[in-house]
Amino acid sequence: MNEKIIEIKPHEQEILDKFSDQLRVDEREGYHGLFVDRENLLSIMESLRDEVGYDHLTSVTGVDYLQEELLEVVYHLFKSTGGAVLEIKVQTPRSDPVVPSLVGLFPGADFQEREAWDLMGIRFEGHPNLKRILMWEGFKGHPLQKDWKEAFYEGEFKPYEDRWPEGKTSKIEENNPYKENIAYPKGFNPETWIPEGEELLFQGTAVIPQEETGLDTEKLVVNLGPQHPSTHGVFRMVAELDGETVTDLAPVMGYLHRNHEKIGERNTYAMNMPYTDRLDYFCSMSNNFAYALTVEKLLGEKYQPPERAEYIRVIMAELTRVLNHFMAIGFFLNDLGAYFTPALYAIKERELILDIFEAVAGSRMMCNYYRFGGVVRDLPEGMEEHIRDMVFERLPRQVDEMDRYLVENEIVVARGKGVGVLTPEQAIAYSAVGPVLRASGVPYDIRRAEPYSIYDRFDFDVAVRYHGDVYDRFLIRYDEIRSSIKILQQAIEGIPKGEILANKPAYKFKMPKGEAYGRVEGPKGELGFYVVSDGTDNPYRYHVRAPSFINLTGLREMSLGEKVADLVAILGSIDIVLGEVDR
Amino acid sequence: MKGFGIIKGLGVTLKHIYDTYAEDFKAGRKRYYNEAGVRQRMTHDTKGIFTVNYPEERLPVAENFRYVPFLVYEEVEGEKVPRCTACGICSKVCPSQCIWITRAEDPETGKPLKTPAEFAIDIDLCMNCGYCAEYCPFDAIKMDHDYELATYERMESNVHHKERLLKSASYYAGIRPTYYALEQQAKAEAEAKKAARRKPREGQEGRERPDRKERPDKTEE
Repeated sequence: MNEKIIEIKPHEQEILDKFSDQLRVDEREGYHGLFVDRENLLSIMESLRDEVGYDHLTSVTGVDYLQEELLEVVYHLFKSTGGAVLEIKVQTPRSDPVVPSLVGLFPGADFQEREAWDLMGIRFEGHPNLKRILMWEGFKGHPLQKDWKEAFYEGEFKPYEDRWPEGKTSKIEENNPYKENIAYPKGFNPETWIPEGEELLFQGTAVIPQEETGLDTEKLVVNLGPQHPSTHGVFRMVAELDGETVTDLAPVMGYLHRNHEKIGERNTYAMNMPYTDRLDYFCSMSNNFAYALTVEKLLGEKYQPPERAEYIRVIMAELTRVLNHFMAIGFFLNDLGAYFTPALYAIKERELILDIFEAVAGSRMMCNYYRFGGVVRDLPEGMEEHIRDMVFERLPRQVDEMDRYLVENEIVVARGKGVGVLTPEQAIAYSAVGPVLRASGVPYDIRRAEPYSIYDRFDFDVAVRYHGDVYDRFLIRYDEIRSSIKILQQAIEGIPKGEILANKPAYKFKMPKGEAYGRVEGPKGELGFYVVSDGTDNPYRYHVRAPSFINLTGLREMSLGEKVADLVAILGSIDIVLGEVDR
Repeated sequence: MKGFGIIKGLGVTLKHIYDTYAEDFKAGRKRYYNEAGVRQRMTHDTKGIFTVNYPEERLPVAENFRYVPFLVYEEVEGEKVPRCTACGICSKVCPSQCIWITRAEDPETGKPLKTPAEFAIDIDLCMNCGYCAEYCPFDAIKMDHDYELATYERMESNVHHKERLLKSASYYAGIRPTYYALEQQAKAEAEAKKAARRKPREGQEGRERPDRKERPDKTEE
């Protein structure tokens, strides 16, 4: 083999020069980023944040290198002023998987470290509340570890061998009967188990006597959800109330958990595409986009999509943003109590966009439209004209109508202004992304900060609002619809004729070894995929950095001191989708 | 003035109500219970309410629309001959692994035949992604348009076996005319090419290769 070429990007070199004694380059084939010893992690991260400006810790995840007996924690950081993502890694032996927690420096690491503990078994020393987050405490093992197997184990990788050439159908229920599909940790009895320190969360409502005030009052714990219409799915907020004021809040999630990432590591690369549709099921086109970009990074230059495909990709992704924000506005009004009229007006526009998706991709919601190196099929006849009519006539008109309809409404204003404030510093610290970050006065948009695809060609405004309250998070969605329409108008005018796929349609790829982190500005914020390839047909590691999930880290901060009735409005203004939160 | 915002908003609601009834009044019965009316309600300048009164009215499905897969058969002398060669590609690309294929064997020699003895799709598992149709090299499996699959029982009736899956090529031509035409054209071209290639070598005994036709790159559906 020739001499190894280690590619060091300029922004990595800059860091390396500064802290050369504590950092070293990841020299594995196809890998990027910088290694740090776990003893130095906290000091390096602090210097990176305070001296160099990497103030936004966007993703924390783990990789299990079973053969090397190592667990690796991968951190992705970026500057809130723009630029590429910096990757920092810490390795720890599998027998002693302990890494210092970053929650003190970056509060946004809270949920992500809990997830890494829950699914990967990495303990974060110094984490204030290192409990399982997606699974429950009575769950045995850490499912993303490579030697963990589920109760009904069909095989390490797809395709499974019993499908062909001698296939015999069987229903999953027959192979995996009820009550035999569960294993508990040693000494665990589900009948007698009471979660330690979380008794309150599980008792429905409980009363805490309040002694200091001298008044005859008591604190009350209220569970909002998991079955509550305002939570947009199965999400639960445990709120501790003093009268009507929220004094503490804990989000509880994982009810819709299906271990998307483990499924993804069994799948081949192409098989994951339709699974990404099911993350944020409103925005399947954006999810496809992010995943396709990530795998194209791994595959290299040859899979650069042709011009027409790039335009189609941008058009579809922006239409997705428009429909998502219409829905966000509509359902936010639902949460405020304007039952269903605004939501249905929003759904009308969404329906028309879904008609486009159905004609183009074949399905209204589960589009599965992007492929590595392009898109699956060209726009059908007459579709360009239809999209042109939509983006030049109907959508601008309808967003103006929604504006007239709701923006000046005194009830919306009264319920929104000054409620659930997140300051810019907090928003960055809590790793908020997308509309939540921008409504707090941080004009960070990946389409501008680190342009992907062909976004550098379009003229558009990065929406930003400065108050960080519920009302601004509501208004910013109008701004973003308008800037999306602007992009759509330019894209549909400029779309060239030509090929739509860089290569021949293929379902197997010669995947080089390495890793890639790809991200797009999805409607809900930065949607990132971290994929590690070991050169086989299946990804070795497949991680989704889900914007809805990480935006919830700031929910407690937004809610403290607010009234219980506003909790629903605050949650609605973040705009979460449980398919993505729980994965 | 306090309350002006609400009144302005209510004006929008009023306009929506007016639009709905004005459209109904203008178009009358033409707007409902016929395909032209439904199609009009799907255009960009539709006004008022555009609910479709299912099941009396149905949204016309797009040609690309995909639901569960079916197998295409050709009618040869009154017999259903599936295009499927039991190559197994669909069951290999299937993300949810919902396709089971048993390859037929020659009863005498025991050699595998190029046709499926059994073909089953568990539509409870099927995620309607369309990969099987996309990657089938023989255009043998296609995505259906029939979305009304409710049953009284979910175990047996949701596993579609070969008999239920087989649908005729003319049915396929009916639901996807554009793609059918493209495929036929490609097939004809491939035949012509093959014939042209074979001519000079006439008399030579060549091994018969499977009828793998060249597919157009852009339209793999």
